[in-house]
Amino acid sequence: MEGWVSLIGCERLLHSMRRRGKPHELNDSLLVAEDLRCIVGPRALFVGLSFTVEPGDLIEVRGANGSGKSTLLRCLVGLAAPESGDVHRRVEAQYLGHRSGNSGRMTPHENLRWIAGLRGVERDSDSIDDALARVGLGDAGHAMCDSLSVGQQRRVSLARLLVAPSPLWILDEPLTSLDDAGVELVRELLAEHRSRGGGAVCATHRALTLGSAAARVVALSRGAPGAPGAP
Amino acid sequence: MRLFLTQLRRDLLIAVRSRSDAANPVVFFLLATLVLGLGTGSELGPGAIWVLALFANVLAVEGVFGRDHEEGTLEQLIVHARPLFPAVLGKLAAHWTLSGLPIAILSPLGALMLQGSTAGASILVVTLLIGTPTLTLLGAIGAALTIATGRSGLLVAILVMPFYVPVLIFGASASAAATTGDPTSFALLVLGALLAASVTAAPFAIGKALAISQEH
Repeated sequence: MEGWVSLIGCERLLHSMRRRGKPHELNDSLLVAEDLRCIVGPRALFVGLSFTVEPGDLIEVRGANGSGKSTLLRCLVGLAAPESGDVHRRVEAQYLGHRSGNSGRMTPHENLRWIAGLRGVERDSDSIDDALARVGLGDAGHAMCDSLSVGQQRRVSLARLLVAPSPLWILDEPLTSLDDAGVELVRELLAEHRSRGGGAVCATHRALTLGSAAARVVALSRGAPGAPGAP
Repeated sequence: MRLFLTQLRRDLLIAVRSRSDAANPVVFFLLATLVLGLGTGSELGPGAIWVLALFANVLAVEGVFGRDHEEGTLEQLIVHARPLFPAVLGKLAAHWTLSGLPIAILSPLGALMLQGSTAGASILVVTLLIGTPTLTLLGAIGAALTIATGRSGLLVAILVMPFYVPVLIFGASASAAATTGDPTSFALLVLGALLAASVTAAPFAIGKALAISQEH
């Protein structure tokens, strides 16, 4: 059976079949990444990468462009599958990617209501307005997202973290295209999130902490950590 | 059910906001019927209407995930909708409401243009009402599989056409039988069975294909 599955190139299927049936003990951790390996094309992005996210943790993923930060985050949130290794999440994460995740033909308000609906969070109109006011969009909440600037759209995406809260945030370069006040806002949101016992993994080029407890850094450089991975 | 309704409401709202996009399949269907009627004279059967409905469907379904993919709302949907299939079903229900449903309702008009009478039109409407959701569900599998390739209209058509064929055959034969007063129940039952099978199986296939499309 295993031979046949390997033969038709479904190692990943085989991997998930083997993995099934051995539940992982998460204890209090929000996320455990074990021995992740990711190979894109001819080169290894990361090999043997393991870390855990405990409540209150902020993990900064650092690395040059193309070092696999986004790929790692997509693996953590379940959008992509690593070549090998396991990701265990105790909760469903909130994910902020490169793309805004807001429909241009709906208002920020409607977009947030949609996310809340998918998450099964009951939100009245006022609480969504509050979230929009918090991210500095109090007066733009009912304009079409298409008419908003990139920075404003980014703020709508940040409001998602407030409208459908999750203890685990996975943010891909959350500071991109934000102004100084926006950068400050992200730092505040992260500090509050951590003080409530939430954890976050962020790909970033700039420090995300200000005065609050220091972040842990996962540095990605081609093939590291671990042995250089020859595919 | 919550996921289904949330997604249905959202997609209908977006469709209402972008009327010109949403009206495309219906406009295509009406124009093609008109042109075909003018070009051939009034001697085509309901089979021609079925062929046009099928092409209107495949043209519309090709883009059902494209914009969501570009905007990142598709990845948010995959992250947040647990399980994914009711949301997929809601999305396709909204899509069908604006493509298959109006075409089914307008098909007697098409029959009038193409065959000069509305004989058997009620059965034609029924076959389209049962058949076009099946086409949408099957087409969406192709659309989901080809998201990563960018704009891929013809590729989707080539992929899903073999699966459209049984629906077309039974749909067209039932409506043709109705115009001559022959029994139609067998073909209708087969259409119903195809719909039941695709409603239950296709959303899972689409969900899986969507998940694969997000890997990069």
